[in-house]
Amino acid sequence: MTATSDVSSHAIARARWRPAEIAFWILAASCAFLFPSRYLIMTDIIRLALFTLSLDLILGYAGIVSLGHAAFFGVGAYSAGLMALHGIINEPVIALVVAGLIAMALGLLTSFLVIRGVDLTRLMVTLGIALLLEALAERFSNITGGTDGLQGIEMQPILGLFAFDMFGKTGFFYSLIVTFLLFLLARRIVNSPFGLSLRAIKNNPLRASAIGVPVNRRLIAIYTVAAFYAGIAGALFTQTTALASLDVFAFERSADLMLVLVIGGTGYLYGGLIGAVVFKMLQELFQTITPQYWMFWIGLVLVVMVLVGRERIHRWVLWGPNLIIRQVFGRKAVVAVPESDAP
Amino acid sequence: MTIALETKGLEKSFGGLKVTRDLSLKVEQGARHALIGPNGAGKTTVINLLTGVLKPNAGRILLEGNDITDLAVHKRVLRGLSRTFQINQLYADLTPLETIGLAVSERLGRGGDWWRRMGTRGDVNQEIAETLGSFHLLDVMNERTATLPYGKQRLLEIAVAIATRPRVLLLDEPAAGVPESERHDILAAVAALPRDVTVLLIEHDMDLVFSFADRISVLVNGAMLVEGPPDEVARDPQVKAVYLGEAADA
Repeated sequence: MTATSDVSSHAIARARWRPAEIAFWILAASCAFLFPSRYLIMTDIIRLALFTLSLDLILGYAGIVSLGHAAFFGVGAYSAGLMALHGIINEPVIALVVAGLIAMALGLLTSFLVIRGVDLTRLMVTLGIALLLEALAERFSNITGGTDGLQGIEMQPILGLFAFDMFGKTGFFYSLIVTFLLFLLARRIVNSPFGLSLRAIKNNPLRASAIGVPVNRRLIAIYTVAAFYAGIAGALFTQTTALASLDVFAFERSADLMLVLVIGGTGYLYGGLIGAVVFKMLQELFQTITPQYWMFWIGLVLVVMVLVGRERIHRWVLWGPNLIIRQVFGRKAVVAVPESDAP
Repeated sequence: MTIALETKGLEKSFGGLKVTRDLSLKVEQGARHALIGPNGAGKTTVINLLTGVLKPNAGRILLEGNDITDLAVHKRVLRGLSRTFQINQLYADLTPLETIGLAVSERLGRGGDWWRRMGTRGDVNQEIAETLGSFHLLDVMNERTATLPYGKQRLLEIAVAIATRPRVLLLDEPAAGVPESERHDILAAVAALPRDVTVLLIEHDMDLVFSFADRISVLVNGAMLVEGPPDEVARDPQVKAVYLGEAADA
């Protein structure tokens, strides 16, 4: 093999679909048939997964920390809600995209504030923007419904064909498909030269500019894209629950998001998806055991997880599947989570 | 001879401390120019000024006759001014392949390409392979940079600068900290740099300086002390005083 084709195959290898990834998505789709009575909670998980994917794009790839990501979620949620409520755009898919674009515009505007400074500044600026929006939504209660939220949203059928049902089946498939498509796009982005430049910026911004990377422009671009993703997640929330209230902007939402991503791991796209599943299941579990103190247990899990180290947990979890694959297919080490850019 | 890189009356101070004083330097096209000086002479500051990491308080910087004083760091790179770093500033989590791939993509204006996957452009792949090959990095191209031997990391440091196709290359102590056994590879790589690339070498190691440079500038306390061909500089009484003085302190 020549050096050039060697380079090409190694470079492409990173973007190749691994068996574990395909299995993951098949499993996700088959949940619809495995747990037909639990569409609502599964839809909740998918929305959270998409929202966390958005944070992973900026935190896991570009190293931008944010404590105010709910700002974009909230803008997406209210945009979708208002469009449906006032019949501005009735078709959910178009409304979804428009809501995402509105959040994206806000992302572009605020990116100039966020890319300045370092981590602490970014935490404060993002937090501040989310608080500002929450206060604005409360102040303009004639538009947003204030603390009562938007009342009486009625969703039209998706593409005029699939009506939302009370069991949440349509909502589930709708959310899953939207999330999958956006995941494909994200996967494409992170494996492109653009995605590579983001990882380089996260590693070492000084060096990135010293080899010709326009650092600020790249950060603005990915922050704007992430805002679009968060806006879509928010719009999905409104469309599948027919609700939009002030808590879409809440600080807890941004903070939970960070927890979810830390649980799942940053910088390999599946962190947000896996984290969302684990987080929601833990939440369910602890809420049944101790309805009042479930946050205590979530906190404990988080501390243990950080102390033990995520890699070790992944090894434990994957020990069983890997053993089976080794025995059955005779292959050596199989599915390890590529945790190259762990924080 | 045309001038590849020139500074005119460059000044830089941090608070009350003047670290660069009225520095006027001319590096000729294709030259092997060395900038030497005792510790604290302000060599690193000069590099940071040239590359745009720091802004000068006064003075101009010209690259091939064009004023680049106010250009951002990445724009100077695209104009053909690259540097290596004294202490490794590589991407620990990226592979040599990705590091070089990034530099090549950016140079071709493809760094913002978000739709195409890495490795699907034949011309980029070929250039990556050539660069990796000429710096003996092909065998480790798919390993994380952090796990490479130090000598290989230093080679990658030079390789990534070359991958930006500079016309002027600033080499900041290329052999610093490299173990004796791997030193030869670095010196060979430095000697083999393309002749059409103008090189400004910032170095402590006098053996390397005198074997490599055809012109030497001596910087002391942020100002130019002496400039000339190596034999002249070696004989200069002021230079001897500075370096012997330093040796006596050590």
